Amino acid sequence: MDAVAGRGRRTGIAEYIGEIAEHKGCRTSHGGPSTNCGSQAGQGDLPQTIWEKVKNHPCYSEEAHHHYARMHVAVAPACNVQCNYCNRKFDCANESRPGVVSEKLTPEQAVRKVLAVATSIPQLTVLGIAGPGDPLANPEKTFKTFELVAKAAPDLKLCLSTNGLALPDYVDSIVRANVDHVTITINTIDPEIGAKIYPWIFFNHKRHTGIEAARILIDRQLQGLQMLTERGILCKVNSVMIPEINDQHLVEVNKTVKSRGAFLHNIMPLISASEHGTVFGLSGQRGPTAQELKALQDACEGETKVMRHCRQCRADAVGLLGEDRRADFTTERIMVMDINYDAEMRRAYQAKVEDERAAKIAAGREELAELAGQKSEITLLVAVATKGSGLINEHFGHAKEFQVYELSTSGAKFVGHRRAEVYCQGGHGEEDRLSNIIGAIKDCQAVFVAKIGDCPKRNLLKAGIEPVDQYAHEFIEKSAIAWFRCYLDKLQSGEILHVKRDDAAIRRKALTSAA
Amino acid sequence: MPFKIIASQCTGCSACEPLCPNVAISEKGGTFSIDPKKCTECVGYFDEPQCVAVCPVDDTCVVDTSWPRRQASA
Repeated sequence: MDAVAGRGRRTGIAEYIGEIAEHKGCRTSHGGPSTNCGSQAGQGDLPQTIWEKVKNHPCYSEEAHHHYARMHVAVAPACNVQCNYCNRKFDCANESRPGVVSEKLTPEQAVRKVLAVATSIPQLTVLGIAGPGDPLANPEKTFKTFELVAKAAPDLKLCLSTNGLALPDYVDSIVRANVDHVTITINTIDPEIGAKIYPWIFFNHKRHTGIEAARILIDRQLQGLQMLTERGILCKVNSVMIPEINDQHLVEVNKTVKSRGAFLHNIMPLISASEHGTVFGLSGQRGPTAQELKALQDACEGETKVMRHCRQCRADAVGLLGEDRRADFTTERIMVMDINYDAEMRRAYQAKVEDERAAKIAAGREELAELAGQKSEITLLVAVATKGSGLINEHFGHAKEFQVYELSTSGAKFVGHRRAEVYCQGGHGEEDRLSNIIGAIKDCQAVFVAKIGDCPKRNLLKAGIEPVDQYAHEFIEKSAIAWFRCYLDKLQSGEILHVKRDDAAIRRKALTSAA
Repeated sequence: MPFKIIASQCTGCSACEPLCPNVAISEKGGTFSIDPKKCTECVGYFDEPQCVAVCPVDDTCVVDTSWPRRQASA
C-alpha cells in the first residue's frame, strides 16, 4: 500500500536522467548508463539505420517484443546438420521449441497463412523462416516463399534463421530477397566442443563426423556471418547454453561473433528432457538454472548486446512472443478464412501501438526520476504477469509465463522470462501447479499481477514472494520502479529486512495455444 | 538398386529427394520412397549413397535385401 502512496511524488529532474532513461533497461551498472544496450532499450546508442531495422522486430528488440508479433512458416523441413539437442521425429502440438512443427507448408500455403495472420493480428511485423529443418537446406522453398510474401505483403520484414552451414553459398540470394535479418546458431568456435554437440553434418555430398564436421561447420558459420554483415544484413547469433559443454566457452564465442559484426547475441538455455528423445535428453544432459543463465548473459553483456527475451519458439509459431496462436491458423482453417489484407488498417493500428510505446517510455522515465536521489547497492528480481503492451495486465492464475525484471537504483531491466503451467483451469487451481510456478519464480522478491486469488496469495507469501496487485493495468517499468522505491524506503525505516532469494528452475513445460 | 526407406521411420523432411542423382525418390502420403528400379546406390555419382548420408533418422534408408546389390558394401 505504501507503494501506491509514494507514486504521487515528482521531483522534476527528468532532464537529468533523460539520457539514462533513453537507455531504459540498460542501467544495471551503477557507474552510469551502459553504452551497449541496443536490444534492451529504445533506440539507445544504436545508429539510426539499425534502429529503423529493429524497432518493430520482436525478436531483435526487447522493447518491441511487448508490442509486435512475428510468425514463422514451416516451409523448410530438410536439414544438413544433426544436433544433439534436436530430434526430428518429435512432433507434439503442445511443445514449444525450435525444430518442432505440426504441419509442413508449401510456399503457396505459407503466403495464404501469412495474409490470414496479418489480417487477424495487425501488430504482425515479421515473417520468419526457421525450419523445422534449415531454411538454406531448402533454398527453393525458402526463397520462393520470401518472393511471394514480398509481393503480397510488402510491409512485412523478412528474416531467416540458419545453422550457417550453407550460408556462404546463399548470401547473394538473401540480399536479393530483401531479407532484413539473419540469425545464425553458433554454439561454439572450438571444433572439439563442436564434436560434442554435432554428431554429423552433410556437406558437399558427404556426411562428415566428429571434429572434422565441427571444423567445417564453424568455418562456414563465421565466414557467412562476416559476409552478411559486410553486405549490411543485420545478424543475430543464437547460442544454446549447455552446462559443462559450452557454458564458459560462450564468453569467447560472444567476443568472436562480435568481432565478425554480429549485432546481437542470444544465449538460450538448453531444452532437454528425456521425453523429447534427443541425444542430450536421453543422456541426462541438464539445462542451466535461471541463475546460471543470467550469470552467463551478464558476463557477455558489454561485449555484444545480449538478448534475454527469446522464447525459443517453434518453426510454426504465430503471435506475440510468449503467446502462441498457431492453432487458430492451421491450413484447414486458413483455407476457409476470409482474408482481406488491408495495409491501411495495419498502418493505423501500428501507429496506435507507437503512441502506446511512447507513453510507456515516458512513464518509466518519470518514475525513474523519483528514484534518482536514492542510493542503494541492492539489486533484486521481480516477476510480472503480462499479456503484452508493456502492461501488468494478466491474472496470476492465467499467466502462461512471467517476465522477470531486475530492479536497482538504475531502474528496471528486463532480464528474462519463466514459463509457468497455467495455474487456474476452469476456476480450480491445483496445488502442484502452484508449487511449480513458485519454483519458477522463487528467485523473485515480488510478483506483479492484474489480479490474484486469496489462496495463491497466501502460498506466495509463505514462499517469501510478495504478490503485488495494486498496479493492475499500469505500465510495467513505471510500476516496478515505484514499488522498488517503496521497498527501499521500508528497508531504510527498518520495517523490512532484505533477504536474498534462491535460484529458480527454468520451466520446460509446453507453451500451449491461447485458444 | 538396393536402398529403401522405412516409412514408419521417415519424418518426411524431404532432405533426400533433391539429392538423388537418379530422381528415384518421391513423396507418397507424407513420407518418401525410393523407386528400386531407378536406385543405383549413387555408384558413379558420389562416394556414399546420398539418401543414407543426409537422413536425420538412423537406419531409415536401408539396403533392400530383396534386390541384388550393386556394390559390395553400403
